[in-house]
Amino acid sequence: MTSNTKIELVCPAGSLPALKTAIDHGADCVYLGFKDATNARNFTGLNFDAKAMTEGVRYAHDRKRKVLVALNTYPQAGNWSGWTAAVDRAADLGIDAIIVADPGLMAYAQKKHPQLRLHLSVQGSATTYEAINFYAERFGIQRAVLPRVLSLPQVQHVIANTKVEIEVFGFGGLCVMVEGRCALSAYATGESPNCNGACSPGKHVRWEQTPQGMETRLNGILIDRFDDGERAGYPTLCKGRFDVNGETYYAIEEPTSLNTLELLPDLARAGVRAIKIEGRQRSPAYVAQVTRVWREAIDRVMRDADSFAVQPAWIAELDKVSEGRSHTLGAYYRPWK
Amino acid sequence: MKIALGPLLYYWSRQQTLEFYAQVAESPADIVYLGETVCSRRHELRAEDWLDVAAMLKAAGKEAVLSSQSLIESESDLKALRRVIAQDEFRVEANDMSAVNLLTKAGRRDWIAGPTLNIFNPQTLSMMAEAGATRWMAPPEMSGAVLAELLASGAPAIETEVLAWGRLPLAHSARCFTARHYNLQKDTCEFKCLGMKDGLVLRTREGEPFLTLNGVQTQSARVHNLLGDLPTLRDTAQVLRVSPQGDDTVRVLELFRDAITGTLSPQDAFAQSKALMVEAPCNGFWHGRPGVEQYVSA
Repeated sequence: MTSNTKIELVCPAGSLPALKTAIDHGADCVYLGFKDATNARNFTGLNFDAKAMTEGVRYAHDRKRKVLVALNTYPQAGNWSGWTAAVDRAADLGIDAIIVADPGLMAYAQKKHPQLRLHLSVQGSATTYEAINFYAERFGIQRAVLPRVLSLPQVQHVIANTKVEIEVFGFGGLCVMVEGRCALSAYATGESPNCNGACSPGKHVRWEQTPQGMETRLNGILIDRFDDGERAGYPTLCKGRFDVNGETYYAIEEPTSLNTLELLPDLARAGVRAIKIEGRQRSPAYVAQVTRVWREAIDRVMRDADSFAVQPAWIAELDKVSEGRSHTLGAYYRPWK
Repeated sequence: MKIALGPLLYYWSRQQTLEFYAQVAESPADIVYLGETVCSRRHELRAEDWLDVAAMLKAAGKEAVLSSQSLIESESDLKALRRVIAQDEFRVEANDMSAVNLLTKAGRRDWIAGPTLNIFNPQTLSMMAEAGATRWMAPPEMSGAVLAELLASGAPAIETEVLAWGRLPLAHSARCFTARHYNLQKDTCEFKCLGMKDGLVLRTREGEPFLTLNGVQTQSARVHNLLGDLPTLRDTAQVLRVSPQGDDTVRVLELFRDAITGTLSPQDAFAQSKALMVEAPCNGFWHGRPGVEQYVSA
């Protein structure tokens, strides 16, 4: 039993106010990105320039919290120097770790900044201990973030077979596909999480009221259509309604959020070292609400995992900010697959 | 320029599969990738059967390669992977970093870095080459221009392969979307994908074919077709990959051969290929555009 291992709460910060909010509400770590394609939430109006990051790092470090910088997209020959410059900038700012997916970039960071802690991003698609141990042996990664594809026993099995710290997703938007292996957005819009840090980007979205209802399109492709009484959701490609064999339904996944609160004691017993909250694109209000609930839940589990019970008030709070106002255990729960 | 046949991504019956590879033995393919890469539950052919197919193709003069599973979740998946790597008669295509790790540890210096390894820059490609890769396949979303730039920027001298025909492999999931269509769970899926020779088409609510559900894999509905782009492919790729489809795969391989040898112009090969496609063509990725587009240069 490793239930006494401390679990870090890793919260999203899409802006300086969100960073401060996360810290004030009990995040152990915040993760953030620069204002460019070097990270997987490359959205307009989001992320940090050097000045904001400097202030954010100071705010966090003054309060003994950590700052992780996501550099988790895949650089190419023509833009390589933009990514290495971002690694250098992050290291110079005194951040606590970078979250990286590309092996070439890991090699660069390891050579140039040997003291810099490396976390393997979920975009690295490492779902086994054999994959994770490869990154550890080659590049000295100290933590890996698991893709949202493994069931709870599979997570436990990975942890039992690696020395690398394991971080898992606890709450937020749910990627149905293996992260780092999804080109759906690239297929529809030309912009991908891997290369552009964007999925179903806003500039390709069109909302259109038609006689058939409100239609949402991505680069012209109809993702969903809503009746008057329905709440029209953002056209994330994998969460639309499509027709298969004459049946129209959420063929890939419903608009829903991941929520693993009820698995927290099991994750603690398995030796999970950190829980990540998704949502750098969300508001400081979201960050406050989610961080507060998860802080309380993790503190309770750390005190006594056996008597832990999910409070109905927590679920009510979290459902308010969930996509589609509903939640799922995702792949942690085998029948979801 | 060599022609490769990619791994069979759909789940066909044992007999269909064996008949298919008997035809492939007579086809112009130089390289044939074999094995189940999509779903570990599929078992019409066992590991030994794939080795038999590989031996048959080798005897027919083909280079047979065993492809590893793309998404590895369990210890039994790893066990299957270790078995593929333990044999040394055939080269292995690594489709996951677990495979790269095990191949490196086994001291193999002859493997192929597959399309799901996310090799986007010369630095990562060099790492793969140092670890023993002697061929690599570019991620299908990579454009011809980005590939050319990668190769011109100090890339190691190993063979480059490009997907030139077939529905695009766009994503893998832990969830089976074919089982979901039948309101079944993956663990009790009743093998609904068996015999769907080209997968299950997903259409928009306007009836436009958009994606293809193939178990835990999602593909494009359109057929990525680079026959017309052969002139730019020649500058970058030594191997062109054709992904198997329900019908006419051998005809497609023949068109590629005729286009490569110059018996047919790229334009004529493309025109003839229209009758062999299950949906409309697309080539947007190669031109740095949305993959769904069919881009024709002026």
